[in-house]
Amino acid sequence: MHVQYNCTKFVLHDCTDTMTCICKAYGINMIVFEKPKALTDVPMHYCPGCAHGIIHRLVAETIDALGIVGNTVGVVPVGCAVMAYDYFACDMVEAAHGRAPAVATGLKRAMPDRVIFTYQGDGDLASIGMAETVHSATRNENITVVFVNNAIYGMTGGQMAPTSLPGQVTQTSPYGRDIKTAGFPIRVSEMLATLDGPAYIERVAVNNVKNVRNAKKAIQKAFQNQLEGKGFSFIEVISTCPTNWGMTPSQAMKWVETDMIPYYPLGVYKDKYADVTGDIGNTGEVQ
Amino acid sequence: MAEKVLMKGNEAIAEAAIRAGCRHYFGYPITPQTEIAAYMAKRMPKIGGTFLQAESEIAAINMVYGVAAAGMRVMTSSSSPGVSLKQEGISYIAGCDLPALIINVQRGGPGLGGIQPSQSDYFQATKGGGHGDYHLIVLAPASVQEMADLTIQAFTLADKYRCPAMLLADGTMGQMMEPVILPEPQTSAVEKPWAVTGTQNKRPHNIINSLCLRPEQLEKANFERYEKYKQIEANEVLYESFMMEDAEYCVVAFGIAARVSKNAVISARKNGIKVGMIRPITLWPFPTDAIAAAAKQVKGFVCAELSMGQMIEDVRLASACTKPVLLCNRVGGMIITPEEVLEKINTLAAL
Repeated sequence: MHVQYNCTKFVLHDCTDTMTCICKAYGINMIVFEKPKALTDVPMHYCPGCAHGIIHRLVAETIDALGIVGNTVGVVPVGCAVMAYDYFACDMVEAAHGRAPAVATGLKRAMPDRVIFTYQGDGDLASIGMAETVHSATRNENITVVFVNNAIYGMTGGQMAPTSLPGQVTQTSPYGRDIKTAGFPIRVSEMLATLDGPAYIERVAVNNVKNVRNAKKAIQKAFQNQLEGKGFSFIEVISTCPTNWGMTPSQAMKWVETDMIPYYPLGVYKDKYADVTGDIGNTGEVQ
Repeated sequence: MAEKVLMKGNEAIAEAAIRAGCRHYFGYPITPQTEIAAYMAKRMPKIGGTFLQAESEIAAINMVYGVAAAGMRVMTSSSSPGVSLKQEGISYIAGCDLPALIINVQRGGPGLGGIQPSQSDYFQATKGGGHGDYHLIVLAPASVQEMADLTIQAFTLADKYRCPAMLLADGTMGQMMEPVILPEPQTSAVEKPWAVTGTQNKRPHNIINSLCLRPEQLEKANFERYEKYKQIEANEVLYESFMMEDAEYCVVAFGIAARVSKNAVISARKNGIKVGMIRPITLWPFPTDAIAAAAKQVKGFVCAELSMGQMIEDVRLASACTKPVLLCNRVGGMIITPEEVLEKINTLAAL
């Protein structure tokens, strides 16, 4: 779309976006920011302040950086990311709720030379799909799993998730998650790290610039591992849900820092191929 | 040269699947289909294929979904309770119009039931089984030879129509040994441009998906799928007609019940009763026209099946209830005897 931006200080420019406009105004002839090629032009449906957009971008940037868009098949979940098959430019499969790792297993076994990733939320991966998650990990399937943990069921309107924090108010825990009746949240990264199978497990967040950069590195490593045949690589991304948390986007980012990360410490939980081990819980900015 | 070997029905399915070019098998242990998984576990690693014992029936069918999405021949096998668990995945496979083969070596139910032969999953197999409007192409073998032949046929039809197929066998068929001429190895000749094999930067991305939030589009997708089903119904009905030329009575039976019934038909003929048999080989599409034609010829039907009366509904529908249809059944793992079928034929003849 071609839009005219009225630059008050300069002449009227016929530009596609404000950044280009400013560049033209200053006579700068360079692209400073653009959409990753691994994302399509389909407008995303995510709510304002939802971190899915950031995480999609990090996955897409990784696919671009590795030059694998034509060789990749993504598997998307049931949950807020259910329509992500429209957003990624690679071949895509929509899986049943929780079954993405099983579908990815089939795809990878059928096409060992293709890059297969799943993109799943907490209800999908840690509740209804827990068996598929654990067993694909213990088989060390050579796939990449991006696990978006925002401690709530977003798509269905904010129900308690397996990762909802103790005391967290949701539609189905209106008096706060009562650990006596609803049990405790599941720390999936820690749990999977007890298995001998998986190659790489890291928990990251996208609530500030440093964490976004770490997240990108982790996601890139998880894809790189697959290319090198290292096996099951799992990145848990602490995410936000301002809509169902009942917060503004900035409050939600703050809550990630004050409440989510203390319960879900960031860091590398398993790295079979690391030279040095023992940095669990020490790579994130906020502890 | 075709090979003739003595094999269990379950093994014949497995070998035929391999000869059909299936290189990916996913399953979960359950009796009485165990030999299929055991055979695949032995053979697949030797021929560069996949044998994977999944963590659950649900995972197994979703692995099938993944391979089918990649456009390759793939199968899973189970028995009744396990096939119930697979229904979610089967519905998705049907909703995505993917070819795949599901084997059900039926046992008695409901619930955990027993491990002895049954035909009581007829409704589940032929009417959809999972949620939503869909059909599987359902083939019912009545010999070890047919276990092999119909496995090949199921793969062919599934590819041709982009439709999941089911081989609806039973514990007897799975466990009994018979000589079988193994089919020649085949490969799928069907192009699959829809498969998610990676764009290779040469085409827009393919999406395998059954989600459709716009009702008018979802309606259109359902109507189009049913147009395909009409083609299958028009072109792919299989049945065996036995001694029907001059028949005054007709037995309708499939699978093991049909083998038993054939003896009863022969005995009745010796007793002077002009009876024949129609044996549906495709349970869906059902041989409706053959039953309808028979209804004009005969005085009545005996429907022999190992259920509380499931296929009998299709026989009554096909004959438009113009003639009496008697049920001859045993359930829970009990097998019908020729004498029991003969007795029903006599009852019908005496009406």
